[in-house]
Amino acid sequence: MIDALGQPQSAVVLGGTSDLAGAIVQALVRRRCRSVVLAGRDEQRLAASAATASAAGAEHVSIVRFDALDVGDAARAVDDAFAAALDAAGGVDLVLLAVGVLSREREELDPARTAEVVTATYSWPATALTRAAALLREQGYGRIVVLSSVAAMRVRRQNFVYASAKAGLDTFSVGLSEALRGTGVAVQIVRPGRVPTKMTEGLPSAPMSSTPDAVADAVVAGLESGAPVIWVPPAARWAMGLARLVPQALWRRVPG
Amino acid sequence: MPDASFAPTARLLCGWGRAGATSGLVWTPRHDDEVAELLSKADDPGIIARGLGRSYGDAAQSAGGTVVDTTLLDHVGGVDVHGEVEVGAGTSLDTLVRRTLPQGWFLPVTPGTRQVTVGGAIAADVHGKNHHADGGFARHVTAMTVATPTGVHRVSSTRDPELFWATAGGMGLTGIVTSARIRMLAVSTDRMLVDTDRFFDLDAVMTAMEEGDARYRYSVAWVDCSGSAERTRPGGRRGPKVGRAVLTRGDHAGIEHVPAPEQPRAALAAARVPRPHLRVPRHVPGGLLNRLSIAAFNEAWFRRAPARRKNELQSMWKFFYPLDGVAEWNRLYGPLGFLQYQFAVPPGRGDVVRAAIGTLSSRRIPAFLAVLKRFGPSSPGPLSFPMPGWTLALDIPIGSEGMGRCLDRLDEMVAEAGGRVYLAKDSRLRPDLVTTMYPRLEELRAVRRRVDPRGVLRSDLSRRLDLG
Ligand SMILES: Cc1cc2nc3c(=O)[nH]c(=O)nc-3n(C[C@H](O)[C@H](O)[C@H](O)COP(=O)(O)OP(=O)(O)OC[C@H]3O[C@@H](n4cnc5c(N)ncnc54)[C@H](O)[C@@H]3O)c2cc1C
Ligand SMILES: NC(=O)c1ccc[n+]([C@@H]2O[C@H](COP(=O)([O-])OP(=O)(O)OC[C@H]3O[C@@H](n4cnc5c(N)ncnc54)[C@H](OP(=O)(O)O)[C@@H]3O)[C@@H](O)[C@H]2O)c1
Repeated sequence: MIDALGQPQSAVVLGGTSDLAGAIVQALVRRRCRSVVLAGRDEQRLAASAATASAAGAEHVSIVRFDALDVGDAARAVDDAFAAALDAAGGVDLVLLAVGVLSREREELDPARTAEVVTATYSWPATALTRAAALLREQGYGRIVVLSSVAAMRVRRQNFVYASAKAGLDTFSVGLSEALRGTGVAVQIVRPGRVPTKMTEGLPSAPMSSTPDAVADAVVAGLESGAPVIWVPPAARWAMGLARLVPQALWRRVPG
Repeated sequence: MPDASFAPTARLLCGWGRAGATSGLVWTPRHDDEVAELLSKADDPGIIARGLGRSYGDAAQSAGGTVVDTTLLDHVGGVDVHGEVEVGAGTSLDTLVRRTLPQGWFLPVTPGTRQVTVGGAIAADVHGKNHHADGGFARHVTAMTVATPTGVHRVSSTRDPELFWATAGGMGLTGIVTSARIRMLAVSTDRMLVDTDRFFDLDAVMTAMEEGDARYRYSVAWVDCSGSAERTRPGGRRGPKVGRAVLTRGDHAGIEHVPAPEQPRAALAAARVPRPHLRVPRHVPGGLLNRLSIAAFNEAWFRRAPARRKNELQSMWKFFYPLDGVAEWNRLYGPLGFLQYQFAVPPGRGDVVRAAIGTLSSRRIPAFLAVLKRFGPSSPGPLSFPMPGWTLALDIPIGSEGMGRCLDRLDEMVAEAGGRVYLAKDSRLRPDLVTTMYPRLEELRAVRRRVDPRGVLRSDLSRRLDLG
């Protein structure tokens, strides 16, 4: 059961092999979390993430498999993850959505890649969250934490396919949060700047960057305060507020 | 169900702290047999009683489950010559005292608000300012009727004492109390005779309480946690010290203590129980109560108190219920809500009280006035909170940075000292410390296995802390 400071005892992670999710799970386990369900596509990477979560102190860790390119399978994946959590912990306190694929420059010329990025970053997550929201409503409470991105706030040439999908997911999450008011289920959106993880491997450093641990600490603190949007670093909130006012001609020349 | 008009409504429920709301199906039975029927049909994820929702956390709610609102079980019998009265468990202490005071009977034990039910007072075995003298609420319950999933039992401290005491402080986890017989306290006026003393630091007030509390029926100290020992003001002057305090102690006034011209109004036949005269608006912005506003309030409050006053006549309403004048004052904390941290430690561990106040003030976590009291002997209830020694309670707004970890560390200190956190106030305790703090939890579980073998009596609290 979740507590008044938003700290879960049971978490379902969609994108269980994500580096950011790994850091967040460790931080949650240090507080209250005892049961974790990791959902992902790759058996080996899932096993490695599970081992890390156990080593951090999680008492039950289970694994569910899915492929985010198969949108039709999203509801099944969520159902399986909830069933595993129900078995281990009697319910789901927190759903963390960490699935996503970053598009790189010049990939936008490839329609198949665009479809992949949009499907794994927007269509599958939105579908899965719709199912998760329904199950949490039935349960009578719960939190949904969605890893969005500052990229969703203002588009750039370098990763615009990803950014457009994140913008869709971010807007979807704001709407879902509104739709769930008064049900006991709450949605919180995390908007990190660039973080060194396997997703951003090989990319140059950018302004507004942080670390997986900083994101994890911000999420734990955000659960506690209930902030609808969690910016990491916090200054990203003001920077992106300003960025939206900058004319495109100037924005084009801002590094990032 | 026997009657088609007896139907549930889905509602979002939270405790007095207004955080952590969950949605459940609320039934409001009008008769004891409806309670029994709900219990016999109860299923996953559980069923739990709810009184007036004055517990601060998640004790009286059950996400996705059944919540039994007891407030229509509110019959009040006549007071017999021994001062005993049989009341429905949903009766509020406010209603009860309105009925009995004109005949000279007051509550034997009262929490800081009258807006709690008799069932809630039993389930938390609530304490008043007289715990060191008179024990907890359940000690004044001579018998009660407990409906369980396996049947209805009339119990007392001699008839099925295991169920009686497991229910006293059992947070609703042994069944639903439908009615109780309470031994009231004889009083002759609605006035209190009060001594007030002001202290500039915590050690002084604690010494005064250790030495003098035995001479008074009621005693409580309000401690300012917003000061800081380290802080120096511009110009090098030291700021207010941590833990300055106002101690009020007293007893009921006899009619002879009241000046003759006042006597007709102090006599109980004329007693008027006040109603709230202020109400907090429905929408209060967050952050209204922050470190600064709380410190300013505490400052004003400390300065208003007299340095020393003896035998002052006060109305019992002001003495017992300073907060009941403002309805829904919990809304002042804004949309995020707040929590109350209350713990008890053994007599020799006043250092934990000092450390708790020191920690909160040095980490700049805004805390309103803390309430400090001495407890007398524990009751036989395995989950009853009071234990001989000190108890400290503080209200803290949710959202102040680092509060969660800070309280986790306080939990550890309290557990290490052999103390415990009050479940009726709790919304965030470290679950791994429950069995250390409540070493007799297994006795409650044994009673539960007997009266609730399917384990359907469950609340969000019991799930969060694994009490079942
Ligand atoms: C301003 C304020 C001051 C307070 N001061 C004090 C104080 O000085 N001392 C103190 O001890 N407490 C104090 N409290 C706490 C309060 O007295 C307890 O939480 C009490 O249990 C609340 O009663 P309720 O009817 O609102 O119960 P609820 O909050 O609705 O329920 C509390 C618990 O009682 C159980 N319960 C309720 N009715 C029944 C029933 N009929 N049968 C079985 N279980 C039942 C519920 O399941 C739940 O576990 C204070 C609270 C407030 C808001
Ligand atoms: N790193 C950053 O700078 C940054 C900044 C802002 C927001 N974010 C967001 O944070 C989240 C986590 O990112 P991260 O940095 O931790 O990167 P990551 O380690 O690459 O995490 C991405 C996750 O998505 C999963 N995934 C991708 N495609 C999938 C598919 N087809 N089927 C199933 N799972 C799939 C990955 O699984 P595999 O392990 O199997 O690949 C991985 O678990 C993402 O939503 C990302 O957009 C990241």
